[in-house]
Amino acid sequence: MELSHAIGLVQSYGTGRRTYRVTMMEPLPAGVPGGAAVRLHGVSRHWGSVAALDGVSLEVKAGTFCVLLGPSGCGKTTCLRIVAGLEQASGGVIEIGGRDVTALPPAARGVAMVFQSYALFPHLNVAENIVFGLKARSVPKADRARRLDRAVEILGIGHLLARRPGQLSGGQQQRVALGRAIVAEAPVCLMDEPLSNLDAQLRADMRREILALQRRLGITMLYVTHDQTEAMGMADQVVLLRDGHIEQDAPPAEVYAAPATTFAASFIGTPPMNLLKLSESGVIDGSVGPVLGPARAGLVAGIRPEALRLAATGIAARVTHGEYLGADTVVACTVADGQTLLARLPGRVGLADNAAVKFEFDRADLHLFDAGTGRRVSTV
Amino acid sequence: MRRETVQGWLLILPALLLLVAFTHWPAATTLLDSFYATPKGSRPPRFVGLENYLDLLDDPVFWIALRNNAIYALWTIPASVILALVMALAVNTAIPGRALARMAYFTPTMLPMIAVANIWLFFFTPDYGLFDHVIGVFGGGRHNWLGDRDTALPAMIVVAVWKEAGFFMIFYLAALQAMPPDLKECAALEGSSRWNFFRRVTLPLLMPTTLFVLVNAVINAFRLVDHVVVMTHGGPDNATNLLLYYIYQAGFRFWDTALAATLTVVLLFLLGMLAWFQFGVLGKRVHYR
Repeated sequence: MELSHAIGLVQSYGTGRRTYRVTMMEPLPAGVPGGAAVRLHGVSRHWGSVAALDGVSLEVKAGTFCVLLGPSGCGKTTCLRIVAGLEQASGGVIEIGGRDVTALPPAARGVAMVFQSYALFPHLNVAENIVFGLKARSVPKADRARRLDRAVEILGIGHLLARRPGQLSGGQQQRVALGRAIVAEAPVCLMDEPLSNLDAQLRADMRREILALQRRLGITMLYVTHDQTEAMGMADQVVLLRDGHIEQDAPPAEVYAAPATTFAASFIGTPPMNLLKLSESGVIDGSVGPVLGPARAGLVAGIRPEALRLAATGIAARVTHGEYLGADTVVACTVADGQTLLARLPGRVGLADNAAVKFEFDRADLHLFDAGTGRRVSTV
Repeated sequence: MRRETVQGWLLILPALLLLVAFTHWPAATTLLDSFYATPKGSRPPRFVGLENYLDLLDDPVFWIALRNNAIYALWTIPASVILALVMALAVNTAIPGRALARMAYFTPTMLPMIAVANIWLFFFTPDYGLFDHVIGVFGGGRHNWLGDRDTALPAMIVVAVWKEAGFFMIFYLAALQAMPPDLKECAALEGSSRWNFFRRVTLPLLMPTTLFVLVNAVINAFRLVDHVVVMTHGGPDNATNLLLYYIYQAGFRFWDTALAATLTVVLLFLLGMLAWFQFGVLGKRVHYR
């Protein structure tokens, strides 16, 4: 888990709380709290007969980065808002730092939140925006100034303090929203699609910065997004949601390498995993070979596009379209009965449309799913 | 002349005609009339310079009307604006019967002032009016609300506030609904109390609306006299005489056009100064999004 990030050294101190430090930054000042664990036990949220969340249980370890991932309407934002206390769960228990917070108001839960819209107060300048909560909580002036200075230094927004949100760019507004979360010094930080309003370049930069920030402060992060790149690049733990329930809860590498369901398989990866219906004899429906799975009805084979390579034998396909992306080429093909197969081949691959090709792959890269339940089937 | 110029003039001609005929021309002639004596019979108006204005300074009714109007404004403006804000905040929350409450608050605005005045005339009627009825239940005696010099002007103020507050409420309600809900959620997470949020966020963000409402309230404080016409005719003993009603009396009851024109110029000057103050001084402190 730690290695997958490779951006800093890992330390442990205190009572089992872990903190990650980014090497290129200053060490953490003393007295700043680390993270707190977040636990959900069977949390549900119903609106009439519609279930936005249905018995969701998950555990986020203290000081780790957890991404709630899923398509729109899957319940990820509802889940985050229930942890924040902005919405009440219809059932279940929420624990933060070992404390049952289910019935507590948002302010008493020890969480900070960054909203998708940033929720900056338009009539206050940057400095006033950042210390708004500290003032509301009657934090002494000297303490307020110290925390503001620290946040400003971390985010590099010293030159913006006197400006109003309307005079800031999207990226700058994002930093101010982060600043507000930093000065709160809460052990848990919640983020609701914080990068969705930024352009692609800035998004990549902020992704790195948010991750570095989380590592440096050692806080627990709950981060909602529909962007799998953010999940893969930032998370220690990915919680993939669909229709109000958890599809898979695992480190990103595991979600990629061993998707628990066809949904997980088709949600992660660019382009997503190929899912091919198999016949009772274990070959792709309508083809004569090769044999991909055991002779059993109702199976789906999954092969990642990047696991395929051109060969003299293997899955026969006909090229419908090639898309050259620079580092690699995504070739769209049809196999036997018209199912689509995408292959991501390195470099520039010149294949004429309608060309007949064959793809080979390593057996280790083959995934099998039950066509009925969508669940992963052990290959053994 | 270029084609576009002709077209441009043709396009603004209808609006220009109406404005000139019914606003600019009358305003200009009123200003001129205020420098002339009132024509009598076959005698044409005579230029008298500032004499009308000097006469006005010696007119006791003018001073009473001015004083009444000041009291009327100082009570109706803050009372209707604050009441409007309170009502808007009340119907902006999730309470049962919210739509009904909103409609009820807005009803006075839709009713014609003449009808409103007649309803309130009944409320204020001695003995069997609504107020005396209610007071009678608690053992109070009869009261001639509109006939008493001390209560007649307050009665007019109550009617005006009742009529106006619902109208201003609509503007506040619209502004409140345009406020992003995540500001409130963010403040709740930051540990801000509801009062702190109202004082530090809601109120400042409502300032553009407040300025707009204030300008309207000020104009109405000098313009809204229909209920005086119906209920008291400025009496008793000029206790409810307001500037605009006095202008009406002077111009169309006494046919003293010089006095009416002079009063009109004074009233316009007053309103102009107030508008300048509101936009020049208050407007600078308003944050527009």
